[in-house]
Amino acid sequence: MIEKVQNQKAWLMIMPVLLLVAFNAIIPLMTVVNYSVQETFGNNVFFWEGVRWFQDVLRSERFHASLLRQLIFTFLILGIEVPLGVAIALTMPHRGIGVSVCLVFMALPLLIPWNVVGAMWNIFALPDIGLLGRMINGLGISYNFTQQPISAWATVIAMDVWHWTSLVVLLCYAGLRAIPDAFYQAAKIDGASGWQVFRYIQLPKMKRVLTIAILLRLMDSFMVYTEPFVLTGGGPGNSTTFLSIDLVKVALGQFDLGPAASMSLIYFLVVLLLCWVFYTLMMRSEGQQ
Amino acid sequence: MVHTMAEISLQNISHSYQRLPNGSADYALRNVDLTCRKGGAYALLGPSGCGKTTILNIVSGLLMPTDGKVLFDGEDVTTHPPDQRNIAQVFQFPVVYDTMSVHDNLAFPLRNRNMDHLQIEERVKDVAEMLELTDSLHKKASGLTADGKQKISLGRGLVRPDVNVMMFDEPLTVIDPHLKWELRSKLKQLHRRFDFTMIYVTHDQTEALTFADEVAVMYEGEVVQVGTPDELFERPTHTFVGHFIGSPGMNLLPCTLVDGYPLFSGNRIQLPSPLPPVEPDQRLEIGIRPEFIKLDPEGFFVNVNRVDDVGRYRIIKAECGGSLLNVYVPEGVAIPSENVRVSFDPEHTQVYCEGWLHERKEAA
Repeated sequence: MIEKVQNQKAWLMIMPVLLLVAFNAIIPLMTVVNYSVQETFGNNVFFWEGVRWFQDVLRSERFHASLLRQLIFTFLILGIEVPLGVAIALTMPHRGIGVSVCLVFMALPLLIPWNVVGAMWNIFALPDIGLLGRMINGLGISYNFTQQPISAWATVIAMDVWHWTSLVVLLCYAGLRAIPDAFYQAAKIDGASGWQVFRYIQLPKMKRVLTIAILLRLMDSFMVYTEPFVLTGGGPGNSTTFLSIDLVKVALGQFDLGPAASMSLIYFLVVLLLCWVFYTLMMRSEGQQ
Repeated sequence: MVHTMAEISLQNISHSYQRLPNGSADYALRNVDLTCRKGGAYALLGPSGCGKTTILNIVSGLLMPTDGKVLFDGEDVTTHPPDQRNIAQVFQFPVVYDTMSVHDNLAFPLRNRNMDHLQIEERVKDVAEMLELTDSLHKKASGLTADGKQKISLGRGLVRPDVNVMMFDEPLTVIDPHLKWELRSKLKQLHRRFDFTMIYVTHDQTEALTFADEVAVMYEGEVVQVGTPDELFERPTHTFVGHFIGSPGMNLLPCTLVDGYPLFSGNRIQLPSPLPPVEPDQRLEIGIRPEFIKLDPEGFFVNVNRVDDVGRYRIIKAECGGSLLNVYVPEGVAIPSENVRVSFDPEHTQVYCEGWLHERKEAA
């Protein structure tokens, strides 16, 4: 039998990953924690404040308002992108040249840098020179995303749907392609309707990828920053100021590092909580089967 | 339960998966004629890619043949969709509706046909009992093992009162070996009880031969022989059948025909009666199963390469005149250490011309 070697060499082996995680996650996070309990005016001078910033943030109406806007945005996005993505995946061709053409068109929005998406939609939707803005106004609808909160919201959501529905489509399409033909044939023989095929075959088989798609969109939309920032800058007024935009305003605009740090931590915990709740619910329903 | 089974008849079916087939190579099936009588158990046997599943999908209506007709009890159903043909099919991989319970899976085809609620309950209960699924009726179907799921697929066919024919597409592929026997005998028992017409696709000869009354052997898109297991064994009409069925398969030895009797490596082979002559350039072979060659001091000489002991019998791998042949030696028969001589049983010696059985035409 081989003698088991007992020494501390293993630490050396995991050193690279420990260093990576430390510099990548732990040290920055602890810096934020450090800021969140102190007051500083620069020059490396700190005053202990305890949980005051947390109390302030949790009681602030401004934070409540941007959290509410964030939640509304995320639920609208999911409510549109998930059903739309599933619907598009269902209608995509199964074989032939159409498959690659569709896949390439679907992947295109995902390949465009976020900044560029914001800039594109900004120009596209300008009421005086943009194609979309001119068209909508031409239809007799008053539309100006730089002045009307409703227009701004509609544009931000349209932009996100345009940018990210493809992700849901591609994941669902992959899930659908994995269903063997025998299932459709058996359903035909059993006299199942189109709706039943969707309800009892396609949807259950897509469930895993759909879970991943929803989870990804939930997290990403909760952290959305670049596209609305480029498009509206959080305006008009504060109407499209989501959590991340608000955070940047506090941290870099007002240079309130303490409140910004505690806000970051609360923000982080909210995202974590939402994902955990969602994931647990999905896993529980999976376990029941 | 009364199943009204039908006679299935395929008339001159050809099928190509290409839209514009060009030449016979593009066809997955060529000129297939096949009749399955009511209540019979049929097997389609052949290697992968020979067109077995294509035939099955044409019978079930999942595919429309390029040419030819499908008749159910004389009625042309070639253009009817699957749900109007009253067929049931069990696939290679178990198909169950994951989110439904076993009970709902079995009830599904009946509910879709708007059957009365009480009648559905009664039939589901009966079928579950037959398939020994009663205990798991209220479990989710996705939680069952592969053989349980395959029973559900079978049950979704059995539960319907209107089924004309039950079709099986290699249904035991994903089943554990020790459960295969159990499921196979269950199937046989159900077939005897309900007398349904049954078509069973497989590439496993044991499965086909133990299971079916008649076996259609397929080779490269054609049905080369339809017959009972005995006929396929004793009188294959094509060298492929001889070779494919049996273990080891039929010996095929090149020969010539002299005065109506085959000449193999200088030895004249006895037949019950002489054969008619063939064209000079046609390829002739003797077909003789290892089981019908016997050790005989009066016979002709062969070189023994090897003897395989397979347990209850032995197989001599021999060589004669450049051809290899297998000889079956039953238990208790001694193999001489040198000068091994064999003879062929004339009743079971066939001659094949260009692969097809060459026989004396009976006087009309």
